[in-house]
Amino acid sequence: MVLIGVLLIMIGFVLRFNSAVVVTISALVTGMIAGIPITSIITQFGEAFTTNRYMSILIVTLPVIGLLEKNGLQQQASKVVSKIKAITVGRVLTMYLLIREVGAALGLNSLGGHPQTVRPLIAPMAEGAALTKYGKLPEKEQQEIRAHAAATDNIGLFFGEDIFVAVGAILLMNGFFEQNNIPADPISMALWGIPTAIFAFIVHAIRLRMFDKKLDKRLGSRGQ
Amino acid sequence: MIFSVEMIYVLMGIIVLGCSLYIFTDRTNSRRLTTGSFYLIYSITLMFGQIIPPFYIGLMVIIMVLIIAGGGLKKSEHVEESITVKEERRKRLGGRLFLPAILIPILTLAGSKLLDGVKIGGKALLDPSNVTMVALGLACLTAIIFAMVMTRGTPTGAVKESRRLLESIGWAVLLPQLLATLGTIYTNAGVGTVVSKAVTAIIPEGSLFWVVVIFCLGMAIFTMIMGNAFAAFPVMAAGIAIPFLINQFDANPNHIAAISMFAGYCGTLMTPMAANFNIVPAALLDLKDKNHVIKVQVPTALAVLAFNIVLMYLLVSLGV
Repeated sequence: MVLIGVLLIMIGFVLRFNSAVVVTISALVTGMIAGIPITSIITQFGEAFTTNRYMSILIVTLPVIGLLEKNGLQQQASKVVSKIKAITVGRVLTMYLLIREVGAALGLNSLGGHPQTVRPLIAPMAEGAALTKYGKLPEKEQQEIRAHAAATDNIGLFFGEDIFVAVGAILLMNGFFEQNNIPADPISMALWGIPTAIFAFIVHAIRLRMFDKKLDKRLGSRGQ
Repeated sequence: MIFSVEMIYVLMGIIVLGCSLYIFTDRTNSRRLTTGSFYLIYSITLMFGQIIPPFYIGLMVIIMVLIIAGGGLKKSEHVEESITVKEERRKRLGGRLFLPAILIPILTLAGSKLLDGVKIGGKALLDPSNVTMVALGLACLTAIIFAMVMTRGTPTGAVKESRRLLESIGWAVLLPQLLATLGTIYTNAGVGTVVSKAVTAIIPEGSLFWVVVIFCLGMAIFTMIMGNAFAAFPVMAAGIAIPFLINQFDANPNHIAAISMFAGYCGTLMTPMAANFNIVPAALLDLKDKNHVIKVQVPTALAVLAFNIVLMYLLVSLGV
C-alpha cells in the first residue's frame, strides 16, 4: 500500500507535473497511508526540510557569480579561449572532464559545479571555441554545446568522487555494512571504484570526440 | 564554536530575503506579491529553521508548494544590458574577473584542511559537525567582499544580481531539499521494507548473473525515481546485496559497494528528479529543453551501467 507514493511520483513524472508539487503530494499521501497522523507528517516534513538545508548551499555563491557576470565574466572567458587557435569544443570539455574527475577523486568537489564553474567559465569557453573554429554558432548547436558542458561536469564529478575516502557515499555504505555486522573497509571500497572511473572517462572522451566530428560536419570548419 | 553552520544558513537566508524585497517592489512582475512571498517564506525557513518548531516549518513548505502549484511564482523581466556596456566593464578588469571565482574553491579547501580543529580561546573556530560547509560559506563571503571591492559594486548591487540568478533557477531551488525530505517520510512509512520484499521475490534462485543485473538496475531505477542514489542504497543492499551477493555468493562487500553506488549514479544522470544536477543547470544555462542535459548524458550512463554489471559479475564469480 505504501508504494502508492512511489507510483504517484512516477505518474506525476510521466505527466510532466511540477516536480516540487508531485514530491510533496507523494510524501503526504505515503505518510497518511502508513497511518501517520497528519500533524506528525507535517512535523517530520519540517524537520527533514531544516536538516537538509545544506543541499541549497549554492545560494551563497550567487552574489559573487552575479557581480562577476555583470562585469563581463562570460565575455572575458570567451575572449581568453578565442585567442587560442585550433582548440575544439570536444577538447575544451575533455580537459575539463579530466580536471573535474581527478579533482573529485582527491576530494576537491568544489573545483567545479554548475553555478560556480560551468555557467561562468566552461560553457562560454566551449562556445568560444566553436565560434573561433566555425565563425558562427546557430542556436541549435549553441544549446547542444551548453548541454554538453553541464553533462561533462556531472559525469566528471559522479565517477570521480567515490574514489575519495571521506565522501558521503563511501561513509554511508561503510556505516550501513557496519550496522549489519559485515566487516568493510572504506579505503578498499574507494579503490574498487577506480575501474569504473577510468571506463567512464574513456567512454565520455570518445563521445566528446564524436561531438566534435558532428559539429565539423554540420558547420564546416572555417579555413581548414 | 565561533563560526557555526547556522551562520551560513542565516547568510543564505539574508540573500534570499533581499531578493524577495526587490521582487515585492517590482511593478513589472504581475505576480510580485505571491512571488515575493515565496522567497520571503523560503528565507525564513533558511534563517530560523533551528528556532521555529518543525510543524510550522512543515506548514511553510506546504504554502510554498501551493504557491508553485497555483502558478504564483512568476519570473520577473530582466533588462539585458547591451554587449557594448558589458564590453566596457570587461575591459576595465580583464583577466582579474576570474580571481573571486577561483578564490571560492581555494579558500574552501584551505579553510577546511587548515582550520579544521583550530581553537581560539578554547572554542573551535569552525563548526566541527560540518567543517566543509562552514569553510565554503566563509570562502563565499570573502569572495563576495573581494568581488565588491574589485568591481566597485555595492551590497545592494550584489543582491540585485543574486535575484536575477535565483529567479532564473526558480522553483527548482526547493527540489533538492524536498527530495531529501521525501526520503525521510518514505523510510518512516516503511517503503524500503516493502520494496526489498518485492524485489526479493522476482530474483531467479541461484543465478548470480541475474542477481547482479537486478541489483545494479535496481540501484539505477530506484535512483531515477527518488533522484538520489543515497536513498536507493539502503533499500537495495538490504534487499539484494546482503541476503544474496554476500551471504549466498560470498561477495566481498568492499568490491561491490562502490560499483553499486556508481550504478546508482548512472540513474542520477538519467532523471529529472536529480534537479540540482540536471534541471537547475538547464535553467542556469538558459536551455530551451529542460531535459537537454539528461539527453546528452544517457549514452554515457548506459555504457557505464553495462560496464558496472559486467565488472561486478566478474569480481564475484571469480572470487577475486
